[in-house]
Amino acid sequence: MNPTDRTLEPSVKEAPAHAAPTTAPSARWREERVTKDAPTPVLECVDVDVRYGGFVAVRDVSLPFGHNEITALIGPSGCGKSTILRSLNRMNDLVDGARVDGKVQYWGQDIYGPGVDPIEVRRRIGMVFQKPNPFPKSIYDNVAYGPRVTGMDVDSMDDLVEQTLRRAALWDEVKDKLKQSAYGLSGGQQQRLCIARTIAVEPDVILMDEPCSALDPIATLRIEELMVELRDRYTIVIVTHNMQQAARIADRTAFFTADVDETSGDRTGVLVEFDLTSKIFENPSDSRTEDYITGRFG
Amino acid sequence: MTTLRTTPAGAATTPPLPGAPSLTGRPRPLETVVRWILRAAAALSVVITIGIVISLLGPALAFFREVPVLDFLTGTRWAPQFADKSFGVLPLVTATAWTTFIALLVAVPFGLGAAIYLAEYARPGVRRTLKPILELLAGVPTVVFGFFALSFVAPVLLRGLLGIQVGTFSILAAGLVMGFMIIPTIASLSEDAMTAVPQALRQGSAALGANRMQTTLRVVLPAALSGIVAAVVLGISRAIGETMIVAIAAGARPQMVTDPTMEGATMTGFIARMALGDSRIGSLQYNTLFAVGLLLFVLTLAVNLVAIQLVRRFRQEY
Repeated sequence: MNPTDRTLEPSVKEAPAHAAPTTAPSARWREERVTKDAPTPVLECVDVDVRYGGFVAVRDVSLPFGHNEITALIGPSGCGKSTILRSLNRMNDLVDGARVDGKVQYWGQDIYGPGVDPIEVRRRIGMVFQKPNPFPKSIYDNVAYGPRVTGMDVDSMDDLVEQTLRRAALWDEVKDKLKQSAYGLSGGQQQRLCIARTIAVEPDVILMDEPCSALDPIATLRIEELMVELRDRYTIVIVTHNMQQAARIADRTAFFTADVDETSGDRTGVLVEFDLTSKIFENPSDSRTEDYITGRFG
Repeated sequence: MTTLRTTPAGAATTPPLPGAPSLTGRPRPLETVVRWILRAAAALSVVITIGIVISLLGPALAFFREVPVLDFLTGTRWAPQFADKSFGVLPLVTATAWTTFIALLVAVPFGLGAAIYLAEYARPGVRRTLKPILELLAGVPTVVFGFFALSFVAPVLLRGLLGIQVGTFSILAAGLVMGFMIIPTIASLSEDAMTAVPQALRQGSAALGANRMQTTLRVVLPAALSGIVAAVVLGISRAIGETMIVAIAAGARPQMVTDPTMEGATMTGFIARMALGDSRIGSLQYNTLFAVGLLLFVLTLAVNLVAIQLVRRFRQEY
């Protein structure tokens, strides 16, 4: 195979729609920022089904993820939101028996298409996991890991590590202990280190799978502030159980729920509604969304 | 048994409210019995080790009253049964060192390779089939390995296929087969150590655009290092202590081994041969066995201690 077939270089790079101020997120500000009805998709699911073995985990999801926007995926447990997230950078490939049908378009090319190398995909579409999972290495080596394995052309690794840690709002806390184990950090710091590690390889899109669910409220707030700052440079997709979190930071929100098969009892995730976050939370068009938002179910 | 004591008698305590449920403990004699049985089980191996050391020390010390320690450790001629006696243990040590070295040369790469394949590359079905088969190899009696060395490896593999000039007995054949013998030990224990590395670390690495080999070499292996070193150390200990293979295939002539195609007597090989003879208890010949045994024990202990230090230094805890 020709190596050039494997590259997934973005063909069009658009400038960020607005230069966003780095103030604390607020609902009012969120609406000022995103006014378009349809996002400009960097990444887009088109009729995606995900199966594990014979079991359909998510059915028929079509969802665009806007450039330099934060999109939140919310919904009750088992509604397939994490499954969809993991299909966006082919992490499902690592699960035996997982199969993705439909298309996931990244700058107009299907990441499940022939000749696409999942390693190239993941280099551009990074992921932050639910539980902080720093490597059992030093803080420095955690950040330098991605650039090293992907063979990034780096003038000075020290500068890159510093810059990255600054962007992840972690530099001041760790600058004196870069050579110490990442496991000495608090949970929130570890998660920001994982975010730093992800942005060190300059991805386009960052997927976050409930990144704050293992953290206390203060650490959560810091991560949320960080996400809002990172939005200027990256497209962010976040799965969250925390509706307030989605309301605080997301530009757009997709609500998923689980359809239960009457006969077999199998639960299949479906996308109910996708819209501006304010619309989802203030004036949802589907009654299931409203029930979930108002706490009547889920 | 620890008991929680309430306030000492005489101190003012408020009486329980009427109808309060009783929280008074009742005696649990079985708990005490179980605790002592388990304690005894844990103590047994320690007691046995101490017993071995004591039983080795007596005759070995008697030996060193007749043969100076320095002559024993630095002498290059081993002839305990000749009229012109000589007790330089180096010929036995060199033979043991060579067989162990050759065994590791075979077992570490193949054992680690097998472990990496099973833990990182093989599909679960393949792993479920292959691992028990690999472990079966560990169950083959070493005497069978010895005959395998004598009847196949030396004449067919080394002389026939590879054209290496070895005699019926050689350090090379014995070392190679010993290597085959410890592959499953190293592979199985290393695989356990690698499988124990959390999946989250592999996913984190994959999500950064690392390929499987990078993930294996840079994340999984360092994280599993302490387990892998433990596996290799166990392999070394088995190689140093392995007796049957070298007794059958390495030869019986104690000589300084400078070339693995030579024959040679290892420490264990010598002990096995001598122990079969009719050494009178308390004789110098009898005590010689214990002196060599003690040296084996000390060497194995030293390997273990060095390994523990290495692991402490390089360990990456997850």
